[in-house]
Amino acid sequence: MIGEIGHFCLIVALLLALTQGLLPLAGAARGEPAWMAVAPAAAQAQFLFVAIAFGALTMAFVDNDFTLLVVAQHSNTALPLPYRVAAVWGGHEGSMLLWVLMLALWSVAVSVFSRRLPAEFVARVLGVLGLLGTGFLGFLLFTSNPFARLLPAAVEGRDLNPLLQDPGMVFHPPMLYMGYVGFSVAFAFAVAALLSGRLDASWARWSRPWTTIAWMFLTLGIALGSGWAYYELGWGGWWFWDPVENASFLPWLVGTALIHSLAVTEKRGAFRSWTVLLAIFAFSFSLLGTFLVRSGVLTSVHAFATDPKRGVYILVFLAAVIGSSLLLFAWRAPKVGLGGAFEAVSRESMLLVNNVLLAVAAASVLLGTLYPLLLDALGLGKISVGPPYFDAVFVPLMAPAVFLMGIGPLARWREAKLPDLARRLRWALAAGVLAAGVSMAAGSSVASALGVLLAAWIGATTLVAVRERARHLAGSWCERLARLPGLLPRGEWGMLLAHLGVGVFIFGVTMVKTWEVERDVRMAAGDTATLGRYTFEFQEAGEYAGPNFRGLRATVQVSRDGAPVATLHPEKRLYQSQGMPMTEAAIDAGWTRDLYVSLAEAVGEGAWAVRLQVKPFVQWIWGGALLMALGGLLAATDRRYRLARRDARTAASKAVAEGSPA
Amino acid sequence: MIGAIRSRLVRAAAAGLLAAAMPCAMAGEAAPLAADPGLEARVMRLSAELRCLVCQNQTIADSHAPLAVDLKNQIREQVGAGRSDADILQYMVDRYGDFVLYRPPVKASTAMLWYGPFALLALGAAATAVVVRRRRPRGVAQVFTDAQRQRAAALLADTEPRT
Repeated sequence: MIGEIGHFCLIVALLLALTQGLLPLAGAARGEPAWMAVAPAAAQAQFLFVAIAFGALTMAFVDNDFTLLVVAQHSNTALPLPYRVAAVWGGHEGSMLLWVLMLALWSVAVSVFSRRLPAEFVARVLGVLGLLGTGFLGFLLFTSNPFARLLPAAVEGRDLNPLLQDPGMVFHPPMLYMGYVGFSVAFAFAVAALLSGRLDASWARWSRPWTTIAWMFLTLGIALGSGWAYYELGWGGWWFWDPVENASFLPWLVGTALIHSLAVTEKRGAFRSWTVLLAIFAFSFSLLGTFLVRSGVLTSVHAFATDPKRGVYILVFLAAVIGSSLLLFAWRAPKVGLGGAFEAVSRESMLLVNNVLLAVAAASVLLGTLYPLLLDALGLGKISVGPPYFDAVFVPLMAPAVFLMGIGPLARWREAKLPDLARRLRWALAAGVLAAGVSMAAGSSVASALGVLLAAWIGATTLVAVRERARHLAGSWCERLARLPGLLPRGEWGMLLAHLGVGVFIFGVTMVKTWEVERDVRMAAGDTATLGRYTFEFQEAGEYAGPNFRGLRATVQVSRDGAPVATLHPEKRLYQSQGMPMTEAAIDAGWTRDLYVSLAEAVGEGAWAVRLQVKPFVQWIWGGALLMALGGLLAATDRRYRLARRDARTAASKAVAEGSPA
Repeated sequence: MIGAIRSRLVRAAAAGLLAAAMPCAMAGEAAPLAADPGLEARVMRLSAELRCLVCQNQTIADSHAPLAVDLKNQIREQVGAGRSDADILQYMVDRYGDFVLYRPPVKASTAMLWYGPFALLALGAAATAVVVRRRRPRGVAQVFTDAQRQRAAALLADTEPRT
């Protein structure tokens, strides 16, 4: 019964999405207020029905309803409750349903928070979102129905992949999807602006907070995924340039370019068509990423053939979305004005260079990700494109962008003077060079010293930016510090914080890549191994029974210069339902270093191959990402966006009162 | 990401997973799995360039799959025998093809891969130069006559400020 309710709700949601897609757009084109007014109601109703469907599937998972195919495939009676809930998005069908739920949620958010925008514009935005929803609901219902029955029912489910039985599974996919899907709002705003021919600063202002929030979720989602890989995989890596990782990184890169380009469009009216193009591409890459991952093309070109229906639907939908929006762009963009002029040295020009570098970096990552598929499909041989390639291409592209990141916030719009900038930033540059010198003196490579230089540069330029603003404050040092938060608008604090996050991230990456040490040793009870100043003592290993696995837990005592530091418990687990062995690394996380111990395999009687690692500053990688996300949150909640909405409403009501079209 | 996670687990050996209670072995300094740490650094650096062919997407440095362990041992032998890095990589390519290299060789079929980003960067730089030149404010700072100023003030006074 619950399956049928869910299925029915999805059908209703599809019809509502179709209505939401067609009526408001037609209404906006023909000037029919009644048709346009359908949009918010349809969006909210669509969300309601998708939410019921999602709830139905969740209940089926919680109740171990093995008459549903997806439940039988991805769950098990022994699976703990939180993972039964997370198992909803553990398979293809459920994760697409999660995607649709997120899309409906974003649409509702737009319908609620954009009441003060011109009705015609909101109708177009929601209409575009409705069309996207139609495409996705159609994909669910026609090719990936999560409510397909399995009759007669299975006695027991096949269980969730043990790798996914982790708190990371509960948080990572929803965050990532919120980001992916969030760019659909930026996309819808861009298409609505193209349709209405109103590509001005107010469009940029309306669309900015949405884009920033989506970017924040994507940042968090990627960071969570990377952190999850770090502790779950048991080898201590945090990024592998895996195609699946790249699929999430591409929209992030383009999204980052987009939020910077939007800043120029809002403040100076420039780069309008470029901003629109980026909005289209950020979402297109989200779609491409999801589909590459979901269709299985990435594992092998031929995986498409296993389910041609899904693959063909995906390709057609992708082509329709990207093709139609680019066509619209080509038609409308030439009519878009240029906006404010600027000098060769100005904040605009620096943001332009930043955008070019980010775009080239995104294109390179795309090239590296798709190239092996392309060669294989053309029969030109099989190659692998891995970390050495991406490091060689990505790092040189990003280094100048990061350097500019320190200057940009201090440069004036329209025209900046190089000598003036050099004077204001000379101490920051000195700090960077000094840090690099210290790094070299400690024995690092030039590349590593460059990383330290950039990290210190970002930190120092952030300080300079804050100090310049605080200089005119009166009062004692303490009083000035207390008044600091109110000194800058949230948008600027957000920017500085996010930039600082990039610096923190670079520092973490540089330190861990340069100074990490690891040893593979054979250890039995009582053995010790030394790694730097740390001594690891393998004390014992014993069995225990988990809820749905049997585990073996070792105890490793770590001391530094003789003083105990941590007791770690690396594990091996054997999940019963799938007979799959798992490595659970033990980590002692810290501000300056992580101690990382993982059991590899048994080597002889009571002895284990153990991998011991000391990873300096590795947590800064995720700390930096967290700062970036926090910066995004601050920037998106800036006061002026709320004011902007109020202004728009006043303007609209005034226009109505005067009897002129808004 | 999940695909990557899965691949890294294939290596975990099921055998001996739940070895019975451990007999108390002779306690002491643990034996390193590698004999010479100096050579080992080079072995690991080379291993990080090579793909574990039976894993989904993993270097042989990170993998503990039997094939990866075997390949690492071969690299260790060859490094010990004094062969150069290029020789060792060539040996792997001869046996397994270009697929084994995570840094694809530069040749006709990978020219786009290696030169593409630089071509794009050059294109971007050219576009930036054109845009910056075109968008420069035209002429010297405008000097308005008094009559023009008055006219502008009158126009502004009449118009509603627009957002």
